[in-house]
Amino acid sequence: MRLSPKLVSLSVLALLALVAPMFFPSGFYYRIGALIFINGLAVTGLVILIGYAGQISLGHAGFAGIGAYACALAPVHLGLPPALAVVLGAALSAGLAWVVGRPILKLQGYYLAVATLGLGILISMVLTNESQWTRGPDGISVPDLGLRGVLADMGWRLTAGQFWYWFSALVLFIGAWLALNLHDSPTGRALRALHGSEVAARTVGVDVARLKLNAFVISAVYASVSGSLLAMMNRFVTPEIAGFMHSVEMVVMAVLGGVGSVLGAIFGAAILTALPQALTMFHEYEKLLLGAVMILVMIFLREGLLPSILRRFRGKEE
Amino acid sequence: MKTMFKTTALTAVLALGAGVAAAEIRIGATVSETGGASFLGDPAAKTLRMLVEEINAAGGVLGQPINLILYDDGGDPNRARTFASRLIEDDEVIAVVGGSTTGTSMAIIPVFEEEEIPFISLAGGIEIVRPTKPFAFKTPHTDRMACEKIFADIQARGLRRVGMISGTDGFGASMRAQCLDVVGDYDIEIVADESYGPSDADMTPQLTNIRGTAGLEAVVNPGFGQGPAIVTRNYAQLGIEVPLYQSHGVASDAFIQLAGAENAEGVRLPGTALLIAGILAEDDPQYAVVQAYKTAFEAEFGQPVSTFGGYAHDALRILVDAIERAGSTEGVAIRDAIRATENFAGTTGIVTMGEDDHLGLDLAAFRMLEIRDGGWSQID
Repeated sequence: MRLSPKLVSLSVLALLALVAPMFFPSGFYYRIGALIFINGLAVTGLVILIGYAGQISLGHAGFAGIGAYACALAPVHLGLPPALAVVLGAALSAGLAWVVGRPILKLQGYYLAVATLGLGILISMVLTNESQWTRGPDGISVPDLGLRGVLADMGWRLTAGQFWYWFSALVLFIGAWLALNLHDSPTGRALRALHGSEVAARTVGVDVARLKLNAFVISAVYASVSGSLLAMMNRFVTPEIAGFMHSVEMVVMAVLGGVGSVLGAIFGAAILTALPQALTMFHEYEKLLLGAVMILVMIFLREGLLPSILRRFRGKEE
Repeated sequence: MKTMFKTTALTAVLALGAGVAAAEIRIGATVSETGGASFLGDPAAKTLRMLVEEINAAGGVLGQPINLILYDDGGDPNRARTFASRLIEDDEVIAVVGGSTTGTSMAIIPVFEEEEIPFISLAGGIEIVRPTKPFAFKTPHTDRMACEKIFADIQARGLRRVGMISGTDGFGASMRAQCLDVVGDYDIEIVADESYGPSDADMTPQLTNIRGTAGLEAVVNPGFGQGPAIVTRNYAQLGIEVPLYQSHGVASDAFIQLAGAENAEGVRLPGTALLIAGILAEDDPQYAVVQAYKTAFEAEFGQPVSTFGGYAHDALRILVDAIERAGSTEGVAIRDAIRATENFAGTTGIVTMGEDDHLGLDLAAFRMLEIRDGGWSQID
């Protein structure tokens, strides 16, 4: 019997998340794990946009910013429970992505990259300058999700690090499952068709503009939820979350790991999240090393680390 | 021969025992050594490393050497948060110095509150210590105190109508808000309120607006980095005659160089004793500490001391002093000892903490300085 790639990806993900804590020397590693999962979630969204639909966004941190600030502001100003604030943030991000994406995605080429670049910077500027709401560049504290307290009442006591590890792992698992389902659905096939050739896809009846827009909106929701999770885990958020560098970081994670594959992209997120921690001893050379790795991957492993490695592996097998 | 063997064995056992007992005092730090806030974090990191070496050479704390574990958060609050967790959970430090910016400090305070580990911030924002958080302290004056010092000086000169031009960066935005909040306590009216972005290269339009305000008598510029230097240059180019006040955020010789001595002539700002070490009176209570730090830093690194390195100096000295007095490496005991700090002479001022005062400085810690002939002189 041959397992479907979807099942393999999901089992690998679940197994790694379950087994990894057995090797954690201290509680700190739960945080690194949680950061990997949260970055992985945003990057999974980018797999749908970049990997499936072939569109580039350089402003996804903007959506993460919306998700994060929704969690900071909605519970205080609207009295929403934090869980609903996540939904509100996702809805706002989706709405904004739809409004911005609709005119742009009718065009071919790199217009989306440029427009999202501007959008991300705009969101970051609003968060920085509208300090009467956002408290400005020094940031704002975020109310607790409250779920850990509920679990503790049920007799299931977790440290904050442990809770966010398991919770973000669960959310990432669901996100990955949805993305993998999408890959095999008619929509996913249509997306990959238009990635190959928009003209060819159009001639076989694919509504190119609508599908690109859908992919963009879905990936914005992924970024927004990841921003919400990060804000609630840190209990504090500053406008840096929506900054241009964060957008670039997301794309780099996806491309490094392998933007065509969900597992690959999460692998990229894991490397770029964990590596700076491993390299604190060589801090001065950290950026140099990351840059070198990036260039080498782009030259020699163009599909990204994981897919290229798997291909080599399979090639030998056959 | 046998005795000699015995002695050797005994020495070896003793040395081994000492090896076990010779634990170290682990102190953590996360500062912005690189990135946009590196002018804060770089002198702080240098100061911490230098002081730890100095303290260890003199026998350490509680008879044990300090092991300083310092990370560079690059000014990113999320990174600072990760390093704070790492310091506590993985490196198992007993206290942490750092947080170069208010943003990074506020992002990591919840970690220390939860783990009951003392934390001394190096950032200016008043929200770090107000409301008082059980385990969070800081050494720099607040921006609110800078506003009060400036307004008191303006009032003493018999001036009333003040124009403000503020940076929209964290420091500028926070100080602007504090100035507007505290201005009611003085007989002063804000008649203009302009702002500029952190990377703006020309502030002439904003200053022209301020110059055009009827009855303008003084201008205050909350901000740090290059902005205030550009404001000072444009101010001189526009020939604005009323006094210009800068904030403690630019209190360094680099500011005078950047703005140009002829443009900065007559500019006033609240600064610390460290800046005027050369002209400090010998009977000044801060004389000894300021001279010692300045001499050591400049000899070691060949560059002038800055107020920001001074903040780190005070933080580590206060912490080490507290650990000595507590006689313990336990978080709550150290916290209580930091709270009991009394008449501690730092580079920033004379520090007396309390149950409800985790800063321990008053307005006297600020000295109103004026730039004359490219150097600093004290007004009051």
